[in-house]
Amino acid sequence: MSEIVLQANNISKSFHDPITVKVLNDINFSITKGEFVSVIGKSGCGKSTLLYILSTMDTDYEGELLIDNQNMRNKKEGQLARVRSEKIGFVFQFHYLLNEFTVLKNVMLAGLKLGKYDAKEVEHRAMEKLKILGIESEAYKKANQLSGGQKQRVAIARALINDPLIIMGDEPTGNLDKKNSEMVFDIFKELSDVYNQTLLVVTHDQSFAGNTQRIIEMEDGRIISDEKAFIR
Amino acid sequence: MNVKLILDIAKSLLLARWRQTLVAAIGVTFSIAMFITLLSFMTGLNDMLDGLILNRTPHVRLFNEVKPNPNQPINLSDEYKTHYNFIESVKSSGNSQEIYNNAAIMKALKEDERVLGLTPKITAQVLYNNGATDITGSVNGVEVETETKLFFFNNYVTSGKATDLKNVANSIILGKGVANKLLADIGDVVQVTTSKGELMSLKVVGFFQSGILEVDKVQSYASIGTTQKLMGKPNSYITDINIKLKDLSLAPALAKEYARLYDVDSEDIQTANSQFETGSTVRTIISYTVGITLLVVAGFGIYNILNMMIYEKMDSIAILKATGFSGKDVQRIFIAISLSIGFFGAFLGLIFGFLLTTVIDQIPFNPAALPTIKTFPIHYSPTFYIIGMVFSIITTYLAGFFPAQKASKIDPVVIIRGK
Ligand SMILES: Nc1ncnc2c1ncn2[C@@H]1O[C@H](COP(=O)(O)OP(=O)(O)OP(=O)(O)O)[C@@H](O)[C@H]1O
Ligand SMILES: [Mg+2]
Repeated sequence: MSEIVLQANNISKSFHDPITVKVLNDINFSITKGEFVSVIGKSGCGKSTLLYILSTMDTDYEGELLIDNQNMRNKKEGQLARVRSEKIGFVFQFHYLLNEFTVLKNVMLAGLKLGKYDAKEVEHRAMEKLKILGIESEAYKKANQLSGGQKQRVAIARALINDPLIIMGDEPTGNLDKKNSEMVFDIFKELSDVYNQTLLVVTHDQSFAGNTQRIIEMEDGRIISDEKAFIR
Repeated sequence: MNVKLILDIAKSLLLARWRQTLVAAIGVTFSIAMFITLLSFMTGLNDMLDGLILNRTPHVRLFNEVKPNPNQPINLSDEYKTHYNFIESVKSSGNSQEIYNNAAIMKALKEDERVLGLTPKITAQVLYNNGATDITGSVNGVEVETETKLFFFNNYVTSGKATDLKNVANSIILGKGVANKLLADIGDVVQVTTSKGELMSLKVVGFFQSGILEVDKVQSYASIGTTQKLMGKPNSYITDINIKLKDLSLAPALAKEYARLYDVDSEDIQTANSQFETGSTVRTIISYTVGITLLVVAGFGIYNILNMMIYEKMDSIAILKATGFSGKDVQRIFIAISLSIGFFGAFLGLIFGFLLTTVIDQIPFNPAALPTIKTFPIHYSPTFYIIGMVFSIITTYLAGFFPAQKASKIDPVVIIRGK
């Protein structure tokens, strides 16, 4: 059996403002290394909420979350930041690039923070990631000089910098047109196929989800189906 | 650690908002410059006014006061020792203010380790004869060299030469006020009558200006010898011994000790000028208060710009946290921003403060009462610069702390969900 990267055990979450609403109800699943998983479901069914919990940014939940076989419960804020730095890469709907910095520096920041490699090596690796995404020519531009599709590719490069155990995406193609969406999907596909990268992507895009290896479907805070796709 | 990274991010955020940063830094610069200038100037003033009194006041003065003898005969009698003795209308015994055996006392004092130097003095009450009217006053007999060495006598002789007192026989240096009343010029001869009725002609060789008008209206200076002659006293006659100590703070204790040892009266500088410290303290407090007030205002400037920056950079803070920066890291970034505004602002402030004080130091200032002062007084001290720097670092740290705390608490989920 291949190793388990992420495991959710009986995860539930309620919001209490203004009234108590249970948005996640007993979520159980696990992701093994190299899987490309998509999460779909109607708007408001709790996909983002689940992803924020899985990404360790939201700590207010019931149940257990194991990343790389470590329980995330009872970890301090600083330790969780370390887990995110080391093991998780993010791509959001919005790119969240820092306009003060060049594209290259944006990619490097998380690498410098982890401090596994020295600055020179981090820069070299950042350049490699930009190459994978085909935007190395934009490396020295300021982040705000790029097009929407390019920005999203920089965001993906940023997610890759520390060779994370898993990349999580919350509607990474949500802001993009069809052409750019396809390109981003192709990049994910390549990361999965060529680099055996584990991916967990929330999406509204049926064709995007349809092309992934496994689709988790949610409704009203529960997983209603979890199946491996046949199309490869 | 990732100090370099944090400074790097802080720098980029700063430079991205360099205009506001500059305004905030200028606030600090201004307040530190004012702080340095005020403190240097006020302390300069303090020194000047201190000098006015302290330079010229002996640390310990030995003299002989004409007063009733505390050991009245009846108290010494064995028979009445156990009684309460009431004596009325006691009169002073003896009427000489002379310090007896002063040569021996001075010799002993000169050998005292704690004494910097001493100078004898005679005070003679006189009348300056001015046609039909007489002006009351006093002539101080002084030893010019020691008086100059210890009490800067020559600084206060505004015209003429202090040493002429010794070199010209029967000479006098008139207080400026006295000279004005007598219409006397250098080279003129003035008539002086002592309280005992002796009359003497003295040649004016200079004018004396102490800075205290009341003093200059009555006092004049002559040599010890001339004064002794004026009073018709032998050349062993001395009324005061003025002592300057190595350590001013020992004055009260030593004054008591000498009084007991040499059987004379004594007065120390602290007692003679007890009100004096108060003025200096008030001026110092004012300088610090103004400086700190300005700094606090500058601190609010920094607080504002940081709050604005944090509000604007919510997204950046959220993504930094999402990608592995801890709350502590974020806090450090904003404190680094605040501290660097404080540091560079203060550094420039110190430079401007220094320049401003050197300019003030050049401005002519000739108070009639203070002949030695030619420009505004400035006290240069590295302590002020260190205090200024420390104050500004503390203020900017506090100004940065609360916004930074807020930034570190930003929940990335809230920001990301809000998009
Ligand atoms: N801070 C909050 N307080 C109260 N309720 C919230 C809060 N955040 C989210 N919710 C509710 O939780 C539910 C799940 O929200 P979530 O953002 O996870 O949905 P989603 O599946 O990502 O939807 P979408 O596809 O539109 O992004 C929604 O009904 C939402 O109204
Ligand atoms: Mg969502």
